Amino acid sequence: MLTELEQKVVASLQGDIPISERPFLEIARKLEIEEETLLNILKDLRDRGIIRRFGATLRHQKSGFRANAMVAWQVDEKRIEKAGRTMASFSEVTHCYRRDPNPLWPFNLYTMIHARDEATCRAIARRLSLESGVDIYQLLFSRHELKKTSMQYFPEADTD
Amino acid sequence: MSAFSKGAPMDDLDRELLNRVQSDFPIASRPYAAIAGDLGITEAQVIQRLKALKARGIIRRIGGNFVPHKLGFVSTLCAAKVPEEKLESFAETVNRYPGVTHNYTRDNPFNVWFTFIAPSMEEIDANLEAISRETGVREILNLPATKVFKIRAHFDL
Repeated sequence: MLTELEQKVVASLQGDIPISERPFLEIARKLEIEEETLLNILKDLRDRGIIRRFGATLRHQKSGFRANAMVAWQVDEKRIEKAGRTMASFSEVTHCYRRDPNPLWPFNLYTMIHARDEATCRAIARRLSLESGVDIYQLLFSRHELKKTSMQYFPEADTD
Repeated sequence: MSAFSKGAPMDDLDRELLNRVQSDFPIASRPYAAIAGDLGITEAQVIQRLKALKARGIIRRIGGNFVPHKLGFVSTLCAAKVPEEKLESFAETVNRYPGVTHNYTRDNPFNVWFTFIAPSMEEIDANLEAISRETGVREILNLPATKVFKIRAHFDL
């Protein structure tokens, strides 16, 4: 697990780093550690796979990807591995997961599609269906964003 | 094609810059200088362009994205069947939980979809029961991922 200092570093980097010449120096000062120490911990967290990605998160609606559809697929479990890999290979598919089906909801494979508009999302879903051979699916377009934020891990370790 | 409601359209340099800072942000003392060197512009230009993209809302944030289970947390996707007249109060109740990070209405009988991150699945189940009690919404699905085929948060511009 993480040391107390590592938790503080995580808490300090889950927000927004400054767009200034020495962003990590500013954060290190708040944590009362050396900049180099912070950079080393950060690299180590990345190398251990604890940080999935470090960098900018875009509002994709504003960068031209205005429609997003979740597609829920009902796949024979014997074929799900292959279907999942096929769907994941599409560049328009940003996320692909298997989830357990539920008596109220029989779907077990999920893809997120981002595209310019809903018609394009539908066309991509048809291609996914053809390529994977899975033909029971539902497209769920997002209508309203009720909340979108980043998880605040270890709030008690945050120095802000 | 410009997708912007306001401001000048992005130029090629903006796109190159956004592609770079999304996926390959330098962990270095002067990260913006490192990017500037690669793109053949000055550090001041990188900073000025990124600040402008932030101000226009194209960049939401710059920071770390963590793998919940490696920090000792679990995550799941939940879906609820919420009658129209209860939507607002249901969203208010659900959004109060800091572990609910994304919440969307979607056009389906299961019309509210949200992600939930917490230290344990027991805690999430207990929270979902509390939400159900408070809102009277009975059908809430808890659909944790059992296998990840892909997670990509990079958008090629």
